[in-house]
Amino acid sequence: MKFAVIVFPGSNCDIDMYHAVKDELGEEVEYVWHDEADLEQFDGILLPGGFSYGDYLRSGSIARFSNVMNEVVKAAEAGKPVLGVCNGFQILLESGLLPGAMLRNQGLKFICRPVELEVVNNETMFTKAYQPNERITVPVAHGEGNYFCDEETLKQLEKNNQIVFRYANDNPNGSLLSIAGITNEKGNVLGMMPHPERAVDKLLGSADGLKLFQSIVKHWRDSHVVTA
Amino acid sequence: MIKVKVHVTLRESVLDPQGTVVKNSLHAMNYHEVQDVRIGKYLELLIEPSDRPIEEAVKEMCEKLLANTVIENYEFEVEEAVTQ
Repeated sequence: MKFAVIVFPGSNCDIDMYHAVKDELGEEVEYVWHDEADLEQFDGILLPGGFSYGDYLRSGSIARFSNVMNEVVKAAEAGKPVLGVCNGFQILLESGLLPGAMLRNQGLKFICRPVELEVVNNETMFTKAYQPNERITVPVAHGEGNYFCDEETLKQLEKNNQIVFRYANDNPNGSLLSIAGITNEKGNVLGMMPHPERAVDKLLGSADGLKLFQSIVKHWRDSHVVTA
Repeated sequence: MIKVKVHVTLRESVLDPQGTVVKNSLHAMNYHEVQDVRIGKYLELLIEPSDRPIEEAVKEMCEKLLANTVIENYEFEVEEAVTQ
């Protein structure tokens, strides 16, 4: 399986993402500059964290108009897995691939620490390797992770099981229903504030994020690779 | 050239933690008459007149980029004929 790590000016988790896929997961991966206008050759799209365009105006608001985002939308429509982490999640929200928006953290502080998450939905292509309601430890690092949407949207998210991750104990940023990650209705676009790519090896403090990437690969193999 | 002043504010339904902190600070300074503080953004656009109605163009800019209507409201005023 071949992954693209999209690189925007100001991305800073692109190398972590690349490392997670290449060294820990053992799959193919390439960096793709935001100006690129073709993602045809890739099977999965990864939007890394960081501060694209310095977070000017709103997080993700400028990156969302990059050339490559048209291709990300196409990939999402084609059913390819699209994962946005942190700033990548913010870009997915701004682009409309996921519903809602991000507000400043309720406590107004940038939060950078490991948090415990609950895997609320382990039926998605991103979470099949997890147990139902499994507790995992993954770091967060953000100033704007306070997820917000209108009541109608929130009801839809719950009804369609689109809430994939929740903060398990304390809610670090004030997000609605302690939401840490959601998918689109089709289930092939996941946005999450915590960084699974920073939790892929015990040396890093946790390897709990690795199963997310393994889930994507297994899902892809099951549907694309015919075994004799 | 036409100057357009755009104000972007958080929607009423959205909590504004920054505004709350500023309000508390004003109260600490004995300005107890302050009931609420909302912090927003102010943008100035300088626009070359064209055939397209300026209100229509600015509305589109606000909806697409300048504001995120999930969490923000916007309003703008058009100032005629700014000398360069």
